[in-house]
Amino acid sequence: MTTLRTIFWALVLLAGMTSVAMAGPYEDALPRFAADSYADTEAAIAAVTSSGHSLSLRVIEALRDGQLLVGAGQVVIRDISGPLVDAAKGQPSGANAGSLKPVRVNNRVRRAIEAALGNLTLLSTDPGTRLEAARAVFRSRDAAALPTLDKAIAQETSPNVRKALRTARAAILLNKADASSADRLGAVATLKERGDQEALALLSSLPSGTPSDIAEAAGKATDSIRARLALWSAVQNIWYGISLGSVLLLAAIGLAITFGTMGVINMAHGEMVMLGAYTTFVVQELIRTYAPGLFEASLFIALPLAFLVAGVTGILIERLVIRFLYGRSLETLLATWGLSLILQQAVRTLFGPTNREVGTPAWMSGALEIGGLSLTYNRIAIVVFAILVFAVLQLVLRYTSLGLHVRAVTQNRRMAGSMGIKTSRVDALAFGLGSGVAGIAGVALSQIDNVSPNLGQGYIIDSFMVVVFGGVGNLWGTLVGAMTLGIANKLLEPYAGAVLGKIVLLVGIIFFIQRRPRGLFALKGRAVEA
Amino acid sequence: MKTQTLLDRQSTVVLSLLTVAAIVVPAMNGLAAPGSALHLSDHLVPLLGKYVCFALLALSVDLIWGFCGILSLGHGAFFALGGYAMGMYLMRQIGPRGVYADPVLPDFMVFLNWKELPWFWHGFEWFPFAALMALIVPGALSFIFGWLAFRSRVTGVYLSIITQAMTFALMLAFFRNDMGFGGNNGLTDFKDILGFPLQSASTRIVLFVLSVVALACGYLLCRWVVNSKFGKVLVAVRDAESRTRFLGYRVEHYKLAVFTLSAMLAGIAGALYVPQVGIINPGEFAPANSIEVVIWVAVGGRGTLAGAILGALLVNAGKTWFTGVLPEFWLFALGGLFVFVTLFMPHGIFGAARDLGKQVSRRLASRRPPESLSQAAE
Repeated sequence: MTTLRTIFWALVLLAGMTSVAMAGPYEDALPRFAADSYADTEAAIAAVTSSGHSLSLRVIEALRDGQLLVGAGQVVIRDISGPLVDAAKGQPSGANAGSLKPVRVNNRVRRAIEAALGNLTLLSTDPGTRLEAARAVFRSRDAAALPTLDKAIAQETSPNVRKALRTARAAILLNKADASSADRLGAVATLKERGDQEALALLSSLPSGTPSDIAEAAGKATDSIRARLALWSAVQNIWYGISLGSVLLLAAIGLAITFGTMGVINMAHGEMVMLGAYTTFVVQELIRTYAPGLFEASLFIALPLAFLVAGVTGILIERLVIRFLYGRSLETLLATWGLSLILQQAVRTLFGPTNREVGTPAWMSGALEIGGLSLTYNRIAIVVFAILVFAVLQLVLRYTSLGLHVRAVTQNRRMAGSMGIKTSRVDALAFGLGSGVAGIAGVALSQIDNVSPNLGQGYIIDSFMVVVFGGVGNLWGTLVGAMTLGIANKLLEPYAGAVLGKIVLLVGIIFFIQRRPRGLFALKGRAVEA
Repeated sequence: MKTQTLLDRQSTVVLSLLTVAAIVVPAMNGLAAPGSALHLSDHLVPLLGKYVCFALLALSVDLIWGFCGILSLGHGAFFALGGYAMGMYLMRQIGPRGVYADPVLPDFMVFLNWKELPWFWHGFEWFPFAALMALIVPGALSFIFGWLAFRSRVTGVYLSIITQAMTFALMLAFFRNDMGFGGNNGLTDFKDILGFPLQSASTRIVLFVLSVVALACGYLLCRWVVNSKFGKVLVAVRDAESRTRFLGYRVEHYKLAVFTLSAMLAGIAGALYVPQVGIINPGEFAPANSIEVVIWVAVGGRGTLAGAILGALLVNAGKTWFTGVLPEFWLFALGGLFVFVTLFMPHGIFGAARDLGKQVSRRLASRRPPESLSQAAE
């Protein structure tokens, strides 16, 4: 370590000595800062930047921060820690701080400083800094950076930074009146490849006097970029739609099971979702207090617990209330509405009326960038989770004896009863299953929504719409219903706005019900007309 | 014969009680000396008036749910539409007395930088037009909605759900500022109605009495409807829809007619409600409100008409008391009421009273024979 440091200081000294030994453009430019004229300052910035001197970056940064002082024929940098450094030699300066004053800057000079900083940092050793610099040059389009850019492109190793550097170069060349026609056409092609909003802005605002062939190429490029952007934004909207659709699917799938088997609308279904979300909150609180190391896994711990909490609550509701209202579906609707009010108020009394903070594990934060798309990991996780839940439920309904019984009762309750299926037990278990699924939906929704006593209320109408639209014939109806409504909602949003889009959708569903009063996937047969 | 059935025992009781209310409340407010035990303070009059409007709304729900089996979870929408029609009239009456002192435009339009009145606001400066609209708008909406729904035989919970979707969609729509109904804040700051200041005690008394009269007329109308042959078919539809259809009745026509009538009654209730509470906002469209109306009816007794009135008055008085004394327990109480009534009092207070009466008379009847036997033995 010490040897390294010795070598480093030796190198610094050596660099300092060489710069002292050879008076170059850098040393010539420095005194111009003292001239107290903006034009001179600007010229000095340009000269310092192109000199390639090791102190250039420090000087320009000091100038930006108002820490470049001049006076008595000296140019001095004031370090953040306080001591004065001679700008020419990089060694402590003996100048009297009282006689110095900072170099004045105006907006024009500030712009020059920004551009210069962009050029200087282009050659930095840190790829991140280089990328930032390339973006700065792209925005400033400072022709003075061209030589540095070429140099940087030649030695760039990272493909990402290289791309940024090339588009920056293209941005400069495109607007440079004296660049060759081939260069400028190449620039149009490079920008077209970049194909984002910024490239579009550049290509569509060419300076007047641009030769017609270039203008034409730029016109074609803007058209193709526009088309591509429109495509990406449509794809992005569809993704948002799928993501909303999976949220709806999670919220509605449990409802579809209970509605399908028992023909009762469970108005307290949204509160099962809420219970799941609060279970997640409690689990996370306990983990924070007793086992902070487990936080990353908190959601996986919460899942079975939420299923249990909501499922047991569901079975209790079925055994204590709904069982007695068999055959009176409208009364069931009212009773479960009452239960939902009680559950909401109970949670409000226990946890307070305000939103509760549910943390997001590190692996769920951040976003995945694909082309023009930005997919956040928590949304991806919810889509994947919704599909998993759907698949597991399908398997349960298809290959377990519980599933067989549930399907039998859904199709024809009395016949199923005659075959020896205990329909009341199936009812309780189906209700527990539906509520449990709502509970695990709550775990997922706690990641994207506010965990408050009203959480369930926000989903209940949407879930009904999904079930009513999809029909209760089988779970595919729920999947199709949820995805259709989710995607339609998000595709309508850019045109109609969020609220109007939703209104259009609701009215659409009301009309749809006229055509198919039992939804997309209706049960067929005589039992339906009961 | 018809008048006889119209003025059966229940109707006589209801009408006499309403008459008493229409006399006693103004008297207690106006004649009794302030401070005396009999005095009804000024702020209680519009509160009672509000209950009476809710009772009319409950009556309209009972007409379709109790007698035709249509459970509408969106009747609050018709109530609110009637209220908005009245609110628009009251808004136009403010005139240049608004904050921005614009002679034509209501304050919120000036605030939104609108230059002229939207087309659908024209005519509302004229009271008869507004009053007509309070009937026609809910009526037209319910007619279109019902025509679509009943024609394709949407029944049971499906119908309940889409009525809920309807009121939810309307709520979202009225929350939008662009709709031209004051958005989030709704319509408020009313000054006077037909030249009478809304804040004055006498106007409030008149509004209260008018609400009671409307309730009485509504009750008589509903009683007349359910006692008529039309009403018998409605009950048949409620109890066996398919069988009624097979007997040759056009079920959807009956349902549509009664649904539209009920929506218009709800519209009247809303129009009377707004001047008494002084505000109408999109919150009135909230699905939860409409569901609450149903529980009023259930508490009083579904299919009894008088029960709906009783339920609305009782539950709302309870709500006022609870939110004053134990605000956090109101939802427990309301939720518990939903569960309790559906489980243990399927016919509401009226049904429970009737069952009790039957039990008592049966017990009396079963006690008598031995007596008569013993008498006979002697």
